[in-house]
Amino acid sequence: MIIELGHYALVLALATSLLQGVLPIIGALRNDHALMEIGTVAAKATFLLMALSFGVLTYAHVTSDFSVQNVWENSHSQIPLIYKFSGVWGNHEGSMLLWVLILTFFSALVAVFGDNLPETLKANVLAVQAWIAVSFSLFILLTSNPFNRLLNAPGEGQDLNPVLQDVGLAIHPPLLYLGYVGFSVCFSFAIAALIEGRIDAAWARWVRPWTLAAWTCLTAGISMGSYWAYYELGWGGWWFWDPVENASFIPWLAGTALLHSALVMEKREALKIWTVLLAIMTFSMSLLGTFLVRSGVLTSVHAFATDPTRGVFILIILILFIGGALSLFAFRAAHLKAGGLFAPISREGALVLNNLILTTAAATVLIGTLYPLALEAVTGAKISVGPPFFNMTFGLLMLPLMLAVPFGPLLAWKRGDLLGAGQRLFAAVAFGLVVGSIIYYVQNGGPIMALFGLALGAYMIAGSLTELYLRSGLGKVTGSVALRRLSGLPRSVFGTALAHIGLGVTLIGIVAVTAFETEHIVEMKPGMTTDAGGYTLRFDGLRNGNGPNYSEESGHFTISQGGIELAEVWSSKRFYTARQMPTTEAGIRTFGLSQLYVSLGDDMKDGGIVVRVWWKPMILCIWLGTVFMMAGGAVSLSDRRLRVGAPARAKKQKKPVLEPAQ
Amino acid sequence: MTRKQKRLVIIGGGVSFIVAAVLLVMVAFSQAIAYFYVPGDLAKADLAPGTRIRLGGLVENGSLKRGDGMTITFSVTDTLDKVPVTYTGILPDLFREGQGVVAEGSFKEGSPVFVADTVLAKHDETYMPKDVADRLKAQGVNLGGKENIQ
Repeated sequence: MIIELGHYALVLALATSLLQGVLPIIGALRNDHALMEIGTVAAKATFLLMALSFGVLTYAHVTSDFSVQNVWENSHSQIPLIYKFSGVWGNHEGSMLLWVLILTFFSALVAVFGDNLPETLKANVLAVQAWIAVSFSLFILLTSNPFNRLLNAPGEGQDLNPVLQDVGLAIHPPLLYLGYVGFSVCFSFAIAALIEGRIDAAWARWVRPWTLAAWTCLTAGISMGSYWAYYELGWGGWWFWDPVENASFIPWLAGTALLHSALVMEKREALKIWTVLLAIMTFSMSLLGTFLVRSGVLTSVHAFATDPTRGVFILIILILFIGGALSLFAFRAAHLKAGGLFAPISREGALVLNNLILTTAAATVLIGTLYPLALEAVTGAKISVGPPFFNMTFGLLMLPLMLAVPFGPLLAWKRGDLLGAGQRLFAAVAFGLVVGSIIYYVQNGGPIMALFGLALGAYMIAGSLTELYLRSGLGKVTGSVALRRLSGLPRSVFGTALAHIGLGVTLIGIVAVTAFETEHIVEMKPGMTTDAGGYTLRFDGLRNGNGPNYSEESGHFTISQGGIELAEVWSSKRFYTARQMPTTEAGIRTFGLSQLYVSLGDDMKDGGIVVRVWWKPMILCIWLGTVFMMAGGAVSLSDRRLRVGAPARAKKQKKPVLEPAQ
Repeated sequence: MTRKQKRLVIIGGGVSFIVAAVLLVMVAFSQAIAYFYVPGDLAKADLAPGTRIRLGGLVENGSLKRGDGMTITFSVTDTLDKVPVTYTGILPDLFREGQGVVAEGSFKEGSPVFVADTVLAKHDETYMPKDVADRLKAQGVNLGGKENIQ
């Protein structure tokens, strides 16, 4: 009965979405306040109904109700409680339900916090959000119903895919969807503005917090997914350029570009048309990602079991939304008035460069992801486009961006002084060179590209701090004055600095691991040792054990340095009985920002075991950098000027604090 | 600078960057991609030694041998033809005889043995790389009635 209630709530949510998609738009056309207000009420109702529906599915999973097909296929009575929860979205149907839940959550947020928006804009935004919700609710109900019952309820479930039985999976998809789907709000704002045919700086100010929030969540989701793949898959890799990883990375790149172009639009009323297009494209890339993952056209780690009707259905949604949005754009864009002028060397110019590079990079990733599909469709030849392609294109294209990042905030709006900015970055460049030289000395040489990459990372960190240093006037004024000046700066300045520092930190991690990691594959018997990264690893022996739904073989290792025992680490191979599936649970020990990574291979006949040992220098920098980026996003979001509820005051404050302190 | 010149500089810069990106993509496509083959394709493929390819098929039953240390040899078959493969390293968890596999690597000069540096066998017991399943189906291999192999 409860299960049917969830199903029913989903159908009702579809109905309220339909109301939300039609009535407010008519209201906006007729300037009928009551009709427009229905959008607000319907958005809240839809969210509550979706939450009820999702709650019911969660209930079915937690209580292991195997009469529900979805639970039977993806759960087991013996798995720990947390995986019963995460199992809800560890499958196609449940994760689609989560997708729509998050979509309606964002609509409800707009409904609740959108009081400061012009009435018609809010009504149109909610209507566009509702169209998306209607499409995907229909998709779930018609092709992927999670509430399907089994006639004869089996006694035991088929278990959740073992690689998904991990805390990382509990967090990764919700965060990813918050980002992915969060960009729908930017999309809806863009469409609403195009419907009204009016767009101005205020529009950018309303869109920016949503972009920031979605971007921050997407950053967290991608980063989490990367770390999860790193420790769970046992290959020691943290990014595979897997098509599905790319599917989330392309919207991230486009979203990052959107974040920056909205800034230009907000401050200078320039790049209007471009920003609207970017808002449309960012969410379109999210939709495309959803299609790629769900349609089964890709060979991927992430591929869900699929049937062709689903792929076709999403393809139709994709064509309707992207095609419709772009047609509307083509029709209306000419009517939008172009904005402020600026010199090529200026803050705007720097942000245009940022957009140019990010969108081009996103396009190369997109091409690399879709090319095999296109080629196979046209010629039938099967190819794999792997890391070498992406490293070569994406890596090289991002290089000028990395060099330019510290310059951006140091250039004035309208007309900047490149030479002046260069002089002010002198210390940062020097710092980078010193870091490069020290590493050259310590490593006795080393690959020149690696040294350059590390120096570049150090330069980016120092360069991002330069902005704060200059604004505080430290060195020219006393410490307390400098501190006061710093605390008077808008928070978005700190957000920018943090995010840019994060980029530098991530770069350092990537370069250090790529250039200096070591990998040994050795056959070990108890008592034998091997060296990695200056540490000695001793194999002590194997132990067999059992978990709630698996059996495992664990190897015990002791790590020592200079004869002193520092730590011990377990590395194991698990065998999940319900699915008859083995997994590797790597043993990882952290030393500072570096890690020793041990995974077990096959047993040898003579009692030994194959052991794979990696030394991963500075690897934590990769994710630490993303933490900086997220912190930057969160700090910017807390900026009073961007706070959704406080636009009136923001206007007064805006002018004086924004001028570069020179 | 006049308005026109400013616009010219920005557009010119943008276009040249995009042209550079396109060239880069084209170079990368000519160098950094690997074509996919099943053993039956190799005879007519006429590959130059050292060309990186992906070789897919089933691991032939009874062909898995462990040599010195970490070197492993096995055969990849599409049930008609087979190719011997050597690989040094740890095999993925799901590598089993009779199951689907994709090996990435190349043939060395004058040797019929495929030297793999990456072996993939992905995360599900019912998983077979889509590429392999398609090709095997095309060759008429019965895949055990599992139509929708992912």
